[in-house]
Amino acid sequence: MTPWLTAAPILVPMLTAALCVAAWKYPVAQRVLSLLGSLILLVIGGILGRGVMEQGVQVAQMGAWAAPFGITLVVDPLSAVMVFISAVMGFCVALHALGDIDPVRERGGYHVVFQMLMTGVCGAFVTGDLFNMYVWFEVMLISSFVLLSLGGVREQIDAAVKYVCINMVATACLLLAVALLYGVTGTLNMADLSLRVPDVPSQPVISAIAVLFIIAFGMKAALFPFFFWLPATYHTPAVSVQAIFAGLLTKVGVYALIRVFTLIFTGDTAWTHGILMWMAGITMIVGVLGSLAARDLHRAWSWQVVAHIGSMVMGLAISTPLALAAAAFYMVHDIVVKTNLFLGAGLVRRLAGGSTDYKYLGGLFKTAPWLCLLLFVPLGSLAGFPPLSGFWGKLLLVRAGLEAEQYVMVGVLLLTGLLTIWLVGRVWAEMVWKAPAEPPAEPVQPLSAARSYVLILPLLLLSLITVAIGVNPERLMNAAGQVGDSLHDNTAYVEAVLGGSPGRPTLLGAAEVSP
Amino acid sequence: MMESLILRTGVRLLLPLMLLFSIFILWRGHNEPGGGFVGGLICAVGFALHAIAFGVKAMRDMLRIDPRTILGTGLLVGITPGFLGALSDEPYMTAQWLGALGTPVLFDIGVYLVVVGAILAMVQTLMAEGED
Repeated sequence: MTPWLTAAPILVPMLTAALCVAAWKYPVAQRVLSLLGSLILLVIGGILGRGVMEQGVQVAQMGAWAAPFGITLVVDPLSAVMVFISAVMGFCVALHALGDIDPVRERGGYHVVFQMLMTGVCGAFVTGDLFNMYVWFEVMLISSFVLLSLGGVREQIDAAVKYVCINMVATACLLLAVALLYGVTGTLNMADLSLRVPDVPSQPVISAIAVLFIIAFGMKAALFPFFFWLPATYHTPAVSVQAIFAGLLTKVGVYALIRVFTLIFTGDTAWTHGILMWMAGITMIVGVLGSLAARDLHRAWSWQVVAHIGSMVMGLAISTPLALAAAAFYMVHDIVVKTNLFLGAGLVRRLAGGSTDYKYLGGLFKTAPWLCLLLFVPLGSLAGFPPLSGFWGKLLLVRAGLEAEQYVMVGVLLLTGLLTIWLVGRVWAEMVWKAPAEPPAEPVQPLSAARSYVLILPLLLLSLITVAIGVNPERLMNAAGQVGDSLHDNTAYVEAVLGGSPGRPTLLGAAEVSP
Repeated sequence: MMESLILRTGVRLLLPLMLLFSIFILWRGHNEPGGGFVGGLICAVGFALHAIAFGVKAMRDMLRIDPRTILGTGLLVGITPGFLGALSDEPYMTAQWLGALGTPVLFDIGVYLVVVGAILAMVQTLMAEGED
């Protein structure tokens, strides 16, 4: 394992983006580059994941500047799992985009910005420096602004304005929190922070900064009470963009919460994790109620994104090794299912004539029987039917909750699950059993065979992953168990970054430069 | 576009000066305040002034290269020198030196080109919409 492999999740999409810019005038070349780059990222994610699971935390000091002075890239089990699953989503969505993205959006630079988005996402997962994480969040956000408004449809611009506004506030909060933390501790390397934060004399200041982090990352993760921007924006852009947003963006917020609240703010857990617990519970209820109230497939799925963010944060709030493992397992399951659901909703929209309003849906089993069967997988997994992946995720979370005696939260989780089954039943009834609306919103455009294969193939891949996790959950459970243990006991992380030296480096320069 | 004789004459004199100054700032950034970002901004401002005085088309004709190509080249120039560290088995972005000449200056040139390309692409798009 070389430091190059650790840096590769950032370098590969960044280089792909640069090459795509260089090929600005040739959309076909950009498509090939984007798909190829995503495939390479997938392979690297696999190798890196295997390496980390077998050999432990991997560290790279950028520019050979020793931690805590330079920027450190760290891949621990959680980062490895997140990078790998993001790479899988990146590949599936890049494939779907070949059939989905229209020439106007392609000329607007869709592939370039998509790869920059992947750079930001992977960067946020891999970095071991809090300010650097802020920078990757910015890269990700600026790319998502462009992707959201690309195409320039009126409702897209409307959504983009809301999205930009809320994210500017969140980013300002994050920057403020980072600055305050630096002011108190004098370092931003996360491993170094985890050693220094307990020694800060005024712990209430640390608690206040922790709350700022909850607000900043909570806005990005769409936690209650900061979730309102999500259902207002996610249904507007192109289907591929929706799918990657729903799959990855909010989860980066959850990842950041998990990272910060297992590594840095672990002193006053009654306060910080108590707040997170409340937020998680209310997020689940509000999200699922919103999805039941929606009369449109895309909107219902957007609300479902919110609801299941609550489940993951519940795992973080309980914070036992099992609960953290459950959160990691649930996150992987949810990323796959949400991406799949949004891609599926896009196909349903094409078949229903440009709208996913319930009143235009119906008769899907007649028009597209195979698609219908394929969609049953993510729908069933969302509802938590055994033996699909959602069942195991919920089982782990319930067990973690019961062991930690959080009976109310377990009740909320189960109630959310029950209401989700209701939603899935309703969607199935509206989409499949009902007679189709006459006439459709717009005349249905027939698709060429090649194009429909490209559109369907990612759905098939994602459904296979969901079934594979469901039928053989052991592999992912072992990985999640490793994630949970490494998050609960972070000495391995800290030692890997700081070299485990007894006299830890100080700002006066006692650090030894690593060879 | 502004039909102003003063501005046009001024820009003719100013543009070469600003380009020289931007390269000076880029070079100075090696050891002193300055660098690719500021240098790129100054260069882009020079071209933007030209566009204001003579119109976007005149600027595009003078530039010859599409700003987006400049941006892409800049990205590549910025990213690739970081890989030279691999030759001596060091991590990404480790500075490599040949006497006084090193990879950091290549990175700075990359930043310079990215800034010029990005700003001019914006100027071109915004001003072209205004003139339609």
